[in-house]
Amino acid sequence: MRTIFEEPQGRSEGILPSLDVPEEGASRLLGEGLLRSVPARIPELSEPTLARHYARLARANYGVDDGMYPLGSCTMKYNPKIDEDLARLPGFTGLHPLADPELAQGALRLIYELSRLLAGIAGLPAVSLQPAAGAHGELTGMFIIKRHFEERGEGERRRILLPDSAHGTNPASAATAGFSVTEIPSDGEGMVDLAALKDALDHTVAGIMLTVPNTLGIFEERIIEITELVHRSGGLCYFDGANLNAFIGRARPGDMGADLFHFNLHKTLATPHGGGGPGSGPIAVSSGLADYLPVPRIALEDGLYTLDWDFPRSIGSMHSFYGNFLVAVKAYAYLLQLGDEGLREVSGNAVLNANYLQERLKGTFMLPYDRLCKHEFVLSGKGIADGITTLDIAKRLIDYGFHPPTVYFPLIVREAMMIEPTETEGKETLDRFIEAMEKIAAEAKEDPQLLHEAPHGGPVRRLDQTRAARDPVLTFPFSD
Amino acid sequence: MRYIPNTGSDREEMLAAIGRSSIEELFSDIPEPVLKRFRLLGLPPRSEIEVASEIGELASANEGAGLIPFLGGGVYDHYVPSIVAHILSRPEFYTAYTPYQPEVSQGTLTAMFEFQTLVCELYGMEVANASMYDGATALAEAALMAERINRRGRIAVARTIFPHYRRVLETYCWPAGISLVDLPYSRTGRFDPADVPDRISALIVQTPNALGVIEDLAGMKERIGDALLVVSAYPPPFGLIEPPGRFGADVVVGEGQPLGLPLGFGGPLLGLFATRKDYLRQMPGRIAGRTVDADGNVGYVMAAQTREQHIRRARATSNICTNSALCALAAAVYLASLGSSGLRRLAGLNLEKAHYLAAGISELDGYELAFTGPFFNEFVVRTPEEPDSVRERLRRAGFLVSPADHLEPLGVERGIRIAVTEKRTRDELDRFVAALKGEG
Repeated sequence: MRTIFEEPQGRSEGILPSLDVPEEGASRLLGEGLLRSVPARIPELSEPTLARHYARLARANYGVDDGMYPLGSCTMKYNPKIDEDLARLPGFTGLHPLADPELAQGALRLIYELSRLLAGIAGLPAVSLQPAAGAHGELTGMFIIKRHFEERGEGERRRILLPDSAHGTNPASAATAGFSVTEIPSDGEGMVDLAALKDALDHTVAGIMLTVPNTLGIFEERIIEITELVHRSGGLCYFDGANLNAFIGRARPGDMGADLFHFNLHKTLATPHGGGGPGSGPIAVSSGLADYLPVPRIALEDGLYTLDWDFPRSIGSMHSFYGNFLVAVKAYAYLLQLGDEGLREVSGNAVLNANYLQERLKGTFMLPYDRLCKHEFVLSGKGIADGITTLDIAKRLIDYGFHPPTVYFPLIVREAMMIEPTETEGKETLDRFIEAMEKIAAEAKEDPQLLHEAPHGGPVRRLDQTRAARDPVLTFPFSD
Repeated sequence: MRYIPNTGSDREEMLAAIGRSSIEELFSDIPEPVLKRFRLLGLPPRSEIEVASEIGELASANEGAGLIPFLGGGVYDHYVPSIVAHILSRPEFYTAYTPYQPEVSQGTLTAMFEFQTLVCELYGMEVANASMYDGATALAEAALMAERINRRGRIAVARTIFPHYRRVLETYCWPAGISLVDLPYSRTGRFDPADVPDRISALIVQTPNALGVIEDLAGMKERIGDALLVVSAYPPPFGLIEPPGRFGADVVVGEGQPLGLPLGFGGPLLGLFATRKDYLRQMPGRIAGRTVDADGNVGYVMAAQTREQHIRRARATSNICTNSALCALAAAVYLASLGSSGLRRLAGLNLEKAHYLAAGISELDGYELAFTGPFFNEFVVRTPEEPDSVRERLRRAGFLVSPADHLEPLGVERGIRIAVTEKRTRDELDRFVAALKGEG
């Protein structure tokens, strides 16, 4: 792939106006000593060159609009176009975050109303939209838990319990907040081992982080026992909302015993993933923890939306301003369009699609946990043919026009393939995916080289990850 | 529902294939009491036309979006060339996710690599990541990184950093057991390097700072020895002025919104994070690296992943996963559409217009520049009357300036902060001065 540094250089003039005030000169205004001695090597491209460069890059990418993107736990659903348009309204994009609240009533109202709806979905009363992503929501939650126990004089609660199927962000968030992590093994059915949980619980446990359903796509059937056990020992229950698409419109984390819960608006509420971000990770908490939420919070007083800073127990602020507001606009538009009925259909179809795929694929690939799944499930690539890895299968799927699933996660399944179809794929697409997977399984036995060398078409062949790690080239190597 | 392609008969066939009689049966693993406690939102479905109108009304209710912002504080009203939005609208970019599968993500990865290079060039640094959430969290992550390296439990912070960045910094530092030591500033508006204490993990400064003044970074790194020099820096001035890397900065962070993003009520933003190669293994965030494919052709992958949460879990350098990738793409397109010379011109326009306005205001009775240090496009003026009444007068004339509560924590009384970008015309600047005079 060619970078902008290798494109023919052109001219950029015509974007900026000429100076309309008397020129003083930078050296007079700032003094020679401050002026840049070596110019930044920023390429100057004519607009046609620039447009074609990024059109070429776009063609080398695969998005949800290109086809099925069954990346497990990422909920790669279709992103409604109207939501994009609404987030581009000048009344939103042209609004400065430091504009007086009286001049930002529409935006503040949107934050307030979305928070109210999210509270309803979570079954938890207080919400902050400040976290900019799921992991940022987790960190906010961990800070809240830390502050809560410090304030109660229970600073000895320094451990966070985590099932061994947890997302990597969970232990990293807990550690960033100064907690140590104790892993709880899964039982034979892929759920939290209750005996191990009981053994781990004591006065040094601050809480547990759970993903519901878990990363195997399995709903923790003993969720009430788990949260009660943790509560009884004085700990708090944090729920990672990455997998909310499995039960939205049908059940609420607050009713399962969650004290804190984060949303991923870029997953469940259909805002686009942007090639890695921006997302949005609002956090919902129980009434007992509401005072710890980040400031400012949005309040409604006498019909006027205001910024409320008066929460002395707050953890502080997690973001420069109010979180990823334009992402919130998209999520709000999505919720309004769907309503209760639509949300119920979302989880219904997401779970139906996943179970259909699981059922049809389990004869071909190994299914380590054969039971009702929720919105996703995990297969293993092991034993499909000698010398064939899950990576080979994933890369071959690209040749069939699909984005590969999440691979090698969760860590408790060897050669894992975590498949999440989402509700925005229809049966016809799922059948094509099944057909491709079956063909690949046959190819693995008949012509393994075909898999080892995949992908075959496309902008690049299989890339050498080892070389990138051994000899890192992280910026363009200018020759001048 | 229009975003769900399955028809009723599809659903029946699929249920039959899995041996279930209804969709409800698929949720039988959720405990009964949980299902019973469920409550609806009371939200009826709405058509696209209704939603567009309802949200359109909310957008129109933001009067502030129609006024002329002389507001800064990390987010600035710079012009965004049209091409930026057009490129960002390509679904191949915005509907993709983190490039876990590099062979189908060369667009995102190449753009990440370009972005990293541009950030390094702008700041004069050696290695940059593919983005953080915003300038404030990038700064907080820099503090955590410095503490990982030096482990002294103490970080010195110039009082002249943005109060809202200071707040986020404090939120992140408290659980990590890092105490923050504030350093005062002088009449110039620059912090006083004589006050830097010993035994610190890092010194944090911002340039241009929260008072608009360009800090003097010369000799600072030498003063603090092996403590990390962390500089939070607004990017546009570096088209014109010497970047922090030239003064030995160890980490440079900043808010990338000025590089092609809308004001957007403050989000999404774009955290910039750059450092020296020596600290690569301690860096937070994703990084793209160059490699080759099976045929020997150049391609890009995620590099140095052993630092990251999905591999290293509790021992990762940061918990960040989702970042601001699409905003980073915007910044790359923005910078390449201006180029080095365009960026220098842009910086020149901001500098000249801000000084023109500052000179005009200084001539008014009772108004004066609050600080003597050099400034770029943002400055603080002392006002002869209560800042709130001055702000009110400006607002009636259609102009917005920073709220007083953004200056009070800095110890500035009777001041307003004014930011001027290339978008402000001479006519607007003259009318601004007239409004202060009470004319117009």
